[in-house]
Amino acid sequence: MIAKKRVRSADIPSGSLADIAFLLLIFFLVTTTIDTDRGINMVLPPPGDIEVVINPKNIITMVINADGLIMLDKNPVDINEIRGIVEKRQNENPKLIISVKTVRDTKYDVYIQVLDQLKKANAQRISIAEPES
Amino acid sequence: MKFTKKSQSKPEIPTASMPDIIFMLLIFFMVSTVLKQYEGLKVHLPSAVKIIKIKGSKRHITTIWIDKSENIVVDDVTIKSDEISKIRNVVWTKISKDIQLKISLKGDKNVSMGVITDVQQELRKAQALRLVYSAIPQ
Repeated sequence: MIAKKRVRSADIPSGSLADIAFLLLIFFLVTTTIDTDRGINMVLPPPGDIEVVINPKNIITMVINADGLIMLDKNPVDINEIRGIVEKRQNENPKLIISVKTVRDTKYDVYIQVLDQLKKANAQRISIAEPES
Repeated sequence: MKFTKKSQSKPEIPTASMPDIIFMLLIFFMVSTVLKQYEGLKVHLPSAVKIIKIKGSKRHITTIWIDKSENIVVDDVTIKSDEISKIRNVVWTKISKDIQLKISLKGDKNVSMGVITDVQQELRKAQALRLVYSAIPQ
């Protein structure tokens, strides 16, 4: 006589599936950081010293010294005046290139503020000159 | 006076599809999570007005921290002040693996431009030309 096979269901219990998924969900929720970095964009020139001949009329030189004082084309200016001056000069000459020159002891904060002013004035062509030591 | 009989059906929210909903959320967060994050250095970022979000995923961003005592950290590599040229190798290895790489420069606002320029020169030599000066909104 053959014993009757017991019918046993081969199901994986799925009652706690939601709990497991919740646990994983909470883990990923906690580790995700949605906020992104924010800052001022800048494209560096390619390596090597490339000499580009630029008409001196199209260049405006800005020098920032160690004390955070700014000179724009040989006139001392206040940091908040840069925007107005650059906007005006750009309207006169759309090809204008702004060359920002710093010294080694210039504070980074001042440099960023100046760049911010230039971005406010919609300056596209910004050149960063190597500081004089 | 006659009251209408209250309906017997219980107001229950169907929970049968709950695991599916949770799985969907789970998959979203799994995909959007970037696990690799570096401690970096403690810096007081400068503030600016015209700041924009860095486009693209965090996966393509390498962060360089420079704190006020001029310590430099590139992602997880600490650079000693006398071997700044190491940055070139570190960044070059990264950019050769990922051409979309962008550099996020988190400089302390009290740091001097000398060290910033040295780092920039190294980045130029490593062909990492897309740079973002990290700043906080004013």
